[in-house]
Amino acid sequence: MIVGAGVVGAACAYYAARAGLSVAVVDRGPVAGGTTGAGEGNLLVSDKEAGAELDLALLSTRLWRELAEALPPRDAIEYEPKGGLVVASDGTALTALRALAAGQRAAGVTAHEVAPGELARLEPGLAPGLAGGVHYPQDAQVQPARAAAALLRAARRMGAAVRLGEEVTAVLTGPDGTVRGVRTPRGDLRAPAVVNAAGTWGGHVAALAGTRLPVMPRRGFVLVTEPLPPGFVRHKVYAADYVADVASGSADLQSSAVVEGTPAGPVLIGATRERVGFDRTLSTEALHRLAARAVALFPALERVHAIRAYCGFRPYLPDHLPAIGPDPRVPGLHHACGHEGAGIGLAPATAVLVTAALTGAEPPVPAAPFRPDRFTP
Amino acid sequence: MTPHRFTFDGTPLTAVPGQTLAAALWAAGITSWRTTRHRRAPRGAFCFIGTCHDCLATVNGRPNQRACLLPVRPGDTVTTQEGTGHDPVR
Repeated sequence: MIVGAGVVGAACAYYAARAGLSVAVVDRGPVAGGTTGAGEGNLLVSDKEAGAELDLALLSTRLWRELAEALPPRDAIEYEPKGGLVVASDGTALTALRALAAGQRAAGVTAHEVAPGELARLEPGLAPGLAGGVHYPQDAQVQPARAAAALLRAARRMGAAVRLGEEVTAVLTGPDGTVRGVRTPRGDLRAPAVVNAAGTWGGHVAALAGTRLPVMPRRGFVLVTEPLPPGFVRHKVYAADYVADVASGSADLQSSAVVEGTPAGPVLIGATRERVGFDRTLSTEALHRLAARAVALFPALERVHAIRAYCGFRPYLPDHLPAIGPDPRVPGLHHACGHEGAGIGLAPATAVLVTAALTGAEPPVPAAPFRPDRFTP
Repeated sequence: MTPHRFTFDGTPLTAVPGQTLAAALWAAGITSWRTTRHRRAPRGAFCFIGTCHDCLATVNGRPNQRACLLPVRPGDTVTTQEGTGHDPVR
């Protein structure tokens, strides 16, 4: 029983069904109705320092490539192995970026330093005067809502049930505290294992099961431009200070330019991060910063309209790592949430870890760093 | 009030001061001033309230202006917008 029809829940359904398990997905809303639908669909290794999350991302990069071939073309998940380009505005940023890239290379990431004079070859629209950059060919992108829907469709073809518009109001437990299923307004759904894939609302589902997972919302805005011709932005391009923003624990508004094109034409401009609860109020300050930083990277954007903006809530855990795997405090409860801004990218590897735990298989990467009970009360 | 003079694809037209570009074009019997990006299908005004972005036009060289919201100014040069309205990237 998977709670959550975002990309992580959908991936869990897909891999669990493929492993022969009997699967149901329940969500109070539609497919990709939460953070998945508000994301840009980044599958990134470039923004992760060497460590457990990067190992997960490297595994996921491979799995997404397989999925892009395995899922039917008509589902059009818009998988684009476009590569990432991280640029440094000055020598200090370049030194930090080089150190980051060196650690990533040691962990198995392909990272090519790009001299200032070579940047225009990769991205003709970039501003002159940048100190340099690093090209990450493994970075890719999908359309996240389509990807989640495609994974759920594939899971259904393998027998999974998908119940949308049905909110979990209780996690059922037996006399010994073992999970027995979930309760929704339409009745009790019995299952020997419940996977909490509720994303930013994962703390709430954990509380329903009588335990604690400190998932908090970290708001982000995305600015969307008018459609532009193909080739205006070719890679996922972002400033090196983005990595420091991601790693920060501050609640204040942080912004760094993350610019990328889409197959439909509009350019997406992120990324802001702030912890303000589930407040959807439009922040002109956030949008102003996004626009200014994007124009600093791609000067031609100054003459381009932003036609809309949207926001979403990243599922933030205090150490920036997701919670994946069985919860030793509640037998039968598994978690697959708290991926912050990396949930689309990390979804398949997360699902493989969850499926390994459910079937007793050996996980392909160590799951210990993602233990859900690692937070002290 | 003296009408504002403007041109559409080189043809001289007039607009009542304050009239939007879409209204002025309709008044002149012109219902299409954009082509879609992929199939090059003709488009003009649809929602008339700035929401649908169907009525985009190139005005004084700047693409993606919503004709239904934009008042005509004297001397405006309006041209049919092809695709994104931006030059292809080489």
